[in-house]
Amino acid sequence: MGDWMTITDPGLSAESKNISQYTSETKMSPSSLYSQQVLCSSIPLSKNVHSFFSAFCTEENIEQSISYLDQELTTFGFPSLYEESKSKDTKRELNIVAVLNCMNELLVLQRKNLLAQENVETKNLKLGSDMDHLQNCYAKLKEQLETSRREMIGLQERDRQLQCKNRNLHQLLKNEKDEVQKLQNIIASRATQYNHDMKRKEREYNKLKERLHQLVMNKKDKKITMDVLNYVGRADGKRGSWRTGKTEARNEDEMYKILLNDYEYRQKQILMENAELKKVLQQMKKEMISLLSPQKKKPRERADDSTGTVISDVEEDAGELTRESMWDLSCETVREQLTNSIRKQWRILKSHVEKLDNQVSKVHLEGFNDEDVISRQDHEQETEKLELEIQQCKEMIKTQQQLLQQQLATACDDDTTSLLRDCYLLEEKERLKEEWSLFKEQKKNFEKERRNFTEAAIRLGLERKAFEEERASWLKQQFLNMTTFDHQNSENVKLFSAFSGSSDRDNLIVHSRTQQKKPHSVSNGSPVCISKLTKSLPASPSTSDFCPTRSCVSEHSSINVLNITPEETTPNQVGRECTNQKWSIASRPGSQEGCYSGCSLTYTNSHVEKDDLP
Amino acid sequence: MNFSEAFKLSSLLCRFSPDGKYLASCVQYRLVVRDVSTLQIRQLYTCLDQIQHIEWSADSLFILCAMYRRGLVQVWSLEQPEWHCKIDEGSAGLVASCWSPDGRHILNTTEFHLRITVWSLCTKSVSYIKYPKACQQGVTFTRDGRYMALAERRDCKDYVSIFVCSDWQLLRHFDTDTQDLAGIEWAPNGCVLAVWDTCLEYKILLYSLDGRLLSAYCAYEWSLGIKSVAWSPSSQFLAVGSYDGKVRLLNHVTWKMITEFGHPAAINNPKIVVYKEAEKGPPLGLGRLSFPPPLPLAAPLSASESKYEIASVPVSLQTLKPATDRANPRMGVGMLAFSADSYFLATRNDNVPNTVWVWDIQKLRLFVVLEQLAPVRSFLWDPQQPRLAICTGGSKVTFRCFLCAGIQVGTPWPSSVRITSVFVSWTPKRGSTQLWNNGTAMRRPWWNPQQGLRVPGLGRTRFPWELSGCHVPAQ
Repeated sequence: MGDWMTITDPGLSAESKNISQYTSETKMSPSSLYSQQVLCSSIPLSKNVHSFFSAFCTEENIEQSISYLDQELTTFGFPSLYEESKSKDTKRELNIVAVLNCMNELLVLQRKNLLAQENVETKNLKLGSDMDHLQNCYAKLKEQLETSRREMIGLQERDRQLQCKNRNLHQLLKNEKDEVQKLQNIIASRATQYNHDMKRKEREYNKLKERLHQLVMNKKDKKITMDVLNYVGRADGKRGSWRTGKTEARNEDEMYKILLNDYEYRQKQILMENAELKKVLQQMKKEMISLLSPQKKKPRERADDSTGTVISDVEEDAGELTRESMWDLSCETVREQLTNSIRKQWRILKSHVEKLDNQVSKVHLEGFNDEDVISRQDHEQETEKLELEIQQCKEMIKTQQQLLQQQLATACDDDTTSLLRDCYLLEEKERLKEEWSLFKEQKKNFEKERRNFTEAAIRLGLERKAFEEERASWLKQQFLNMTTFDHQNSENVKLFSAFSGSSDRDNLIVHSRTQQKKPHSVSNGSPVCISKLTKSLPASPSTSDFCPTRSCVSEHSSINVLNITPEETTPNQVGRECTNQKWSIASRPGSQEGCYSGCSLTYTNSHVEKDDLP
Repeated sequence: MNFSEAFKLSSLLCRFSPDGKYLASCVQYRLVVRDVSTLQIRQLYTCLDQIQHIEWSADSLFILCAMYRRGLVQVWSLEQPEWHCKIDEGSAGLVASCWSPDGRHILNTTEFHLRITVWSLCTKSVSYIKYPKACQQGVTFTRDGRYMALAERRDCKDYVSIFVCSDWQLLRHFDTDTQDLAGIEWAPNGCVLAVWDTCLEYKILLYSLDGRLLSAYCAYEWSLGIKSVAWSPSSQFLAVGSYDGKVRLLNHVTWKMITEFGHPAAINNPKIVVYKEAEKGPPLGLGRLSFPPPLPLAAPLSASESKYEIASVPVSLQTLKPATDRANPRMGVGMLAFSADSYFLATRNDNVPNTVWVWDIQKLRLFVVLEQLAPVRSFLWDPQQPRLAICTGGSKVTFRCFLCAGIQVGTPWPSSVRITSVFVSWTPKRGSTQLWNNGTAMRRPWWNPQQGLRVPGLGRTRFPWELSGCHVPAQ
């Protein structure tokens, strides 16, 4: 009850509030006013609520309260609580049904309201949490904003500082420059001062020297002498000559002669160098022409006239030059011609080489683009292929060698026949190998089948036994119980027995017949080969050679054993069968089922199918 | 390598005659002339004082002996032992004396470079040349001996005078556009004169024989400039070594730079072969150690030998950190020498003192690097073959020869002498070939126990020291 109260209380209060809101205009009953007052005042005193509610309607004010309620309810759109009076005078009766309906509706409303309230509360909660979240976000963003603002301020500060620094540095640089300027000035002034002093000193020194010279030399120092036994002849044997204007002129002449000689020598050297360089140029030109002319034919045909004319010009020039052989003429025109033509050709060559380079690079690029991935694979494939080929070739060579040796070992009676045989041998060997593998596989299959078959046979035997016993018992019963339907039953039985008895064998026969055709057709070829092989290789009757024959034989033997419609045997087969009879005989006593091993998979399949039947 | 017995020698004075037949050496005031082939004394002359400088005349007929302290020059004739000549410079003093190329004139420079006196042996005539400049290389003769160029200084300006050697007539006189001329050098063909400025300014000027300025070259400014200059024997190239550690090659047509060779301390190019000298540790058994240890001079030749090893590239060479705050810092290319066929150029960068760089001039690239155990004191090309003799010195001196012809063959001839310095000279043409044909290990190297060394083309050094050992290889 308390729970209910706690739930309903706010509802009630809300309702009462609503009521108060809605009824604010309407005339209010004193009790309601009272109650409202009470409600408002007594919210903290929830204990008394109940008593007050009970006090809403008392013995005395039933009518009033009913009418009040009616009024209230009608304002809310509920049907009146009173029965519809036939006349206005008559006092209206309280309609209990309506009251109850109203109550019920109110309750429903109440519940709805509760639900809505709940929803609203949850919504409110949600919104509250959303609000919180948003507030958090807001706070965070605010913080971020703050930090970024702070950062910005810091950066601004740093920028300012750096600018300050920069200004300072600029100032320093300026100062330094000034300093340098000053120092340079100082140095210059010092240098001038130094030079000046030096000059002064030197002058003094010179004066002193002069004075000393006068003192020393003018004294007519007797000591300054040369004491010589006798004068010796000049190294060149000539006599010394007097100094005259003539000698001066001669000296000048000689000097100029020397200089001239030197210049001539140098000129000669330069001429030689020039000639050599010219030769090189000419040669280069010739080579260029020879290099360019065949290549340029195509572009010339492509109607690119300019290059064509240039070349023709060039050729003409070359012709002229060679004709006139103006090696020794170093005049301007020739030089110009030569250099111009060389330049032209060089340009052509350069463009050509560039074009080629472009092409090459393009090709290179394309190659890279297209075949970078594939080429490797191709390469690998190719190598694999080649390796395989190499292997094959090696094998071939080996076999050839072997055969050759064998042939040499076995005295060849007839060259041509042996050669022919040799020709066949390889092929045969290959084929035999293939057959051998095929036979091996078949043998394996047969073995599996045999196993299955034996199992199936055993099961079949058991089943048959059980079936016969059943049949016996059933027949017995039939005989014992039934006498009237004898005829019919016996027929049924006969049919059944016929079916059950012959079914296996018929199937077997059918299958074997169909099967027999195939192995025969295969074996028709192989024994020939084998016989040939055995003939050609009498020295090496290896087991590998025999194995296929054996399997083949065993097949044949089984076929023979199973043969219901025996096939006519080819003449060569007969002989072979005779020679290999042992094998078939040897394989026969293994088990009766072994005979069936020659049959193909279909046997077992049929058996399997049958296994499913019972 | 074989050695002759040691001769007494003073002041590093020992010269082969230009024809390679004789060897003149000084012991105090005595001049000894030996026959090179037999090493027998041929002549013995006695001078008035201790000899400070000797020089053969170009025709190998006369020997000049200078006694600077007394301002005296004495000349001796090889053909006429009784012939004598004495030149007294008197109170003017004497600082340098040399032969003119004809071998008949002697040029004496007085003290303070007041003048140059040209004494003739043929006539009584004396010529005076005033105002010679005191510089690194102020006098140079053309190879044919016709002309002499002389650096002068007048009125704080540099001048160059060209004289005709036959009669000492002034041919040309021109001022050079230099701050402080440092040196002049004729091209081997005698037509071009290279003039370079002091190290404070990088400037090299090229003058024709007739005094025209052909070209001027300046690689950079504001730094120490040229340190060494060398003409190739073909006159085709002029190699200029500078303080920035580079050698610049100028061509003879446009006088512009063809290429420059840097001298990095690390070699990364795998094409370059780097030979490293390595000790070939002598078998040093414990039993052979004696106490007290033998005197260093007692066994000068038993010192450890060395050999060349090919170092695997990259190689970093030993470098010196030059003191840049002092004058004449040890940096830059201080030594340059072309081989006789002009195919190779050997250089030394002074802050990589242990290394000789050999450049291939045909391909204009580095050819071989030779790193020695001790600093390289000097090197000299064989006048006939592309062979290089290198002297290294510390407490001991090794001499080695490096052959560059065709396949370069590192041919070390290790030999150590307990001396502090070395002087290398190849015997001139004739004698050397003979010796070579005789099958001796090599042409005679010459070493001298004195400080100061003669670097080709850098003028003479005076050797104020006393005698010590001198080894001449025996045959």
